[in-house]
Amino acid sequence: MKLFRIRGGVHPEGRKRLSEDQPIEELPLPELLHVPLQQHIGAPAVAIVSKGDKVKKGQVIATAQGNISAPVHAPSSGTVVGLGRYAAPHPSGLPGRTITIRTDGLEEWAELPAALDAFTADPKDIAKRVSESGVVGMGGATFPSSVKLNLGQRYDLHTLIINGAECEPYLTCDDRLMRECANDITKGVRIMARALNVKRTIIAIEDNKPSAIRGMSQAASAYDDVTIIEVPARYPMGSEKHLTQTLLGLETPARGLTADIGAVVHNVATAFAVFEAVTKGIPLISRIVTVSGEAITRPSNLRVLIGTPVAKLIEHVGAYSSEPERLLLGGPMMGQPLMDLKVPLVKGTNGVLALAGLQAATQVTTTSCIRCASCVDACPCGLVPLDMAAAIRKEEMEMATKSGLMDCVGCGSCAYVCPSNIPLVQYFNYAKGRITAVQRTEHKQKETKRLADQRTERMERQAAAKREAMEKRKAEQAQKKAAQQAAQHQEQEKVSA
Amino acid sequence: MISAISSLALLGLALGIMLGYAAKYLKVEAGALVQEIEAMLPGSQCGQCGYPGCGPAAEAVANAKAAVTLCPPGGRALAQSLAAKLGVSADLSDMEDQVPQVAFVNEQLCIGCTKCFKRCPTDALIGANRQIHVVIKDACTGCGKCVDICPTESIQMRDVPLTLENWYWPKPDALQLAS
Amino acid sequence: MSTPPPLIGGPFLKQSPSVSHIMLVVMLALTPATLYGLFQFGLPALYLFLVTIAASLLAEGLWLKLAGRPALPALGDGSAILTGWLLALTLPPWAPWWIGVIGAFIAIIIGKQIFGGLGQNLFNPAMVARVVLLISFPFHMTYFIHPVPLFQQGAPGPLESLAVTFGYGVGPAIDTLSSASVLGHVKTEIDRGTAWADAFATTFDMHGLVFGAVPGSLGETSAPLLLLGGLLLLGARLITWHIPLSMLGMIAALAALFNAIDPLAYPDALTHLLSGATVLGAFFIATDLVTSPVSATGKIVFGAGCGALVYIIRTWGGYPEGMAFAVLLMNAATPLIDRYTKPRVYGRTRRGTPLVHEEASK
Repeated sequence: MKLFRIRGGVHPEGRKRLSEDQPIEELPLPELLHVPLQQHIGAPAVAIVSKGDKVKKGQVIATAQGNISAPVHAPSSGTVVGLGRYAAPHPSGLPGRTITIRTDGLEEWAELPAALDAFTADPKDIAKRVSESGVVGMGGATFPSSVKLNLGQRYDLHTLIINGAECEPYLTCDDRLMRECANDITKGVRIMARALNVKRTIIAIEDNKPSAIRGMSQAASAYDDVTIIEVPARYPMGSEKHLTQTLLGLETPARGLTADIGAVVHNVATAFAVFEAVTKGIPLISRIVTVSGEAITRPSNLRVLIGTPVAKLIEHVGAYSSEPERLLLGGPMMGQPLMDLKVPLVKGTNGVLALAGLQAATQVTTTSCIRCASCVDACPCGLVPLDMAAAIRKEEMEMATKSGLMDCVGCGSCAYVCPSNIPLVQYFNYAKGRITAVQRTEHKQKETKRLADQRTERMERQAAAKREAMEKRKAEQAQKKAAQQAAQHQEQEKVSA
Repeated sequence: MISAISSLALLGLALGIMLGYAAKYLKVEAGALVQEIEAMLPGSQCGQCGYPGCGPAAEAVANAKAAVTLCPPGGRALAQSLAAKLGVSADLSDMEDQVPQVAFVNEQLCIGCTKCFKRCPTDALIGANRQIHVVIKDACTGCGKCVDICPTESIQMRDVPLTLENWYWPKPDALQLAS
Repeated sequence: MSTPPPLIGGPFLKQSPSVSHIMLVVMLALTPATLYGLFQFGLPALYLFLVTIAASLLAEGLWLKLAGRPALPALGDGSAILTGWLLALTLPPWAPWWIGVIGAFIAIIIGKQIFGGLGQNLFNPAMVARVVLLISFPFHMTYFIHPVPLFQQGAPGPLESLAVTFGYGVGPAIDTLSSASVLGHVKTEIDRGTAWADAFATTFDMHGLVFGAVPGSLGETSAPLLLLGGLLLLGARLITWHIPLSMLGMIAALAALFNAIDPLAYPDALTHLLSGATVLGAFFIATDLVTSPVSATGKIVFGAGCGALVYIIRTWGGYPEGMAFAVLLMNAATPLIDRYTKPRVYGRTRRGTPLVHEEASK
């Protein structure tokens, strides 16, 4: 199949050799599981259990709130010992609402929904089952997958693209999943294709994963409508927009969806989760995570229950072999700094990294921009990062937005290549957050203004009503007086007559 | 030489006449500007700027009697938009990003006198006679009028807490070299 | 971890080149041609070269001290040395020391620091200095000599060279070596009505032009070595092919065009490409990162503009060599070029509106 080129992009050293040959290991059951209610994009789930409740493995413990949301299930059987604030796996270190379960070691399953035959069921029912199982995008975006599966009803879709690129260095969880569970993934892929009603499916795998390509090709060989395509290993090949461009040669319209060009993209791990949910009724309660980095004793790929504290993973792989310079959740390009080892693992965590020996990442001194345009060459979205960053430094957010800030996908290629160590993508993330905060404040101001106006109006109405009432009373009194006077007059006349 | 003098004089005269017409016929109505500025202000009449309300404050800003940085609840964003509207450059270095604050009623001290909610410009306080009053956080603009009037000092201003919903990345300035 | 690092997001990996690394590679690329030029023009040229670079460092250090900024990081990044180096390459090799010093001070202070330092200047600092020198000291700046390679008979020894550079540079022994540069000679002859090829053949030959045995500034000598340096820069991905190719292409195209129209009055493309500061300018001067456009299209426009201006000034302008003026004029146009040649954003048309696909929603 003819592939198209993406603009820019960078080629960081993969460093996947550290863990790519480590088969998936089961992490032993931890004592406590901290399950956050917000592990997905959209409204947080609402807890339906309370402290002291006994829960079974796979039982729903929080329901979805609204259309863009996902339910949360108990990853193991045990007792709910806490429902409140707990450190969230978030760079801010702020707490989030979390259900804490003390496991009883029995791993007793709840009653799971019956297996659904994807090829006779209604596509809407497939999406419903995926929704009820709490499946979200497992490449890191954590968008509720059922919403994406329902896009087939609103858009004319022709291709399902399965993202097996895994372009971030160090991460090998998708690679191992494809090597070890190729058949299940392929079945999950076909289920999704049915739900979306697409004619063909492409599974894209970067060329640095030859074993995965072989395994998946074998699994897919039985089906005509599923093709495995090898894509060049280039960061950010795994970005939905750029993968679609490489495979179909079409660009997602700005501010639009990939569905606008007739395609939907899902991660391979999501496909696996869909397979488990539809054919076995198993909700999303575990995932594969790569624990890697130069400072880790034994880099591995672990199957971990959602809610397991990160400290347990690091402990299991022999902890640190040297003092780590950086602890990250996710990949080294777009991952987040890990603030506290007690934070739980969530549905979107694909890696825990302890990096050391970084030549330049620890060099935090920034020098002036020399307009070398390396960032312009590296940007896969065709933006001019040096101009945007200069505007943001002066807090000229409007200028930055006009230069294309909202089209930035945040891949970090610009900051990666900058010879002056300017924190380009970090400026953009700050600016996006600031613009949202300002919009929130403006919205609040408009609302409070409305309230203030309403109140003034109400006061005036009350005052006017009061005045009217007073006038009425005055008039009544005057009438009464006049009537009294008239009556008095009459009496006087009677007497005198 | 005569031609030089007369041509420049004519030019000056012509341009002067044009300017005169422009001053008369292209004049921007001051009233419209005041109204536009008033629309941009929060409108809660809190008085923190020193003027008796948002209307007089808008007039002062329009006539350049007050700086664009006069409104604390509006913050930096408002100062920037006012500066843009008036076409002036504003020195925003003094404006710290004030953390937004909302009122909070200490239920132990509240006596239910109803003085505060009658004063609140956005009706953010609920209460009735002899009943404990409470603040609706979303409607509170942090103007502080309730704090002033409460006879038992049971209302405090508290910072709006940072949560996962309103947190955003800090500006990466700390890394800059001093060059 | 001892102290927690400041809260910052990814990426946590970095590609290696830093700013000093870039400067070093450029200097490496210039070295072969510089060494050859120094060899051709002897010790006076070496002294001038060293004086110019030393003066650049001095100028930058003085400025930073006056401005109250820490001197070491800025001095250490190599940009001052590179500016001085490029300036020295465009000076007449036996010019007196004060030409180098004044030039260095102008380049660093007026060309770079008053704009705000590295990355903020609008014009190429070395070219600013060269133009100021050219206009202020036309005699010294157009006093070229025949190359007298080191160790050859007639080459001035170390003490004599000191007299050349630190004395007044001009003297009876030197006068016999003085000569106009290739372009200067050809231009004068053409103005006098001689066919350019004859004018060229009487004094120079193509071999000399290619291998640098001709009068001119240090950087005008060996086109092959400069080309080698340019290819090194391209290979190290420090510059892209857009500016050199469009500039050289434009010069060649215009030269070929006019040569075809009147073969006698207009030198052909190869002569233009090999003489003067063409190769130096195309690879090292016009490609200066700070003062050239950032997008690929912008670079092509910039390069073509430089090439056209070089040709126009050489052929019809008052000066035989147009590189410095051409580059400065195009530098002035760079912000405009940047504004109108922004790359197309993903998902949008060139005008900025979102793309529309036929397969819209049902």
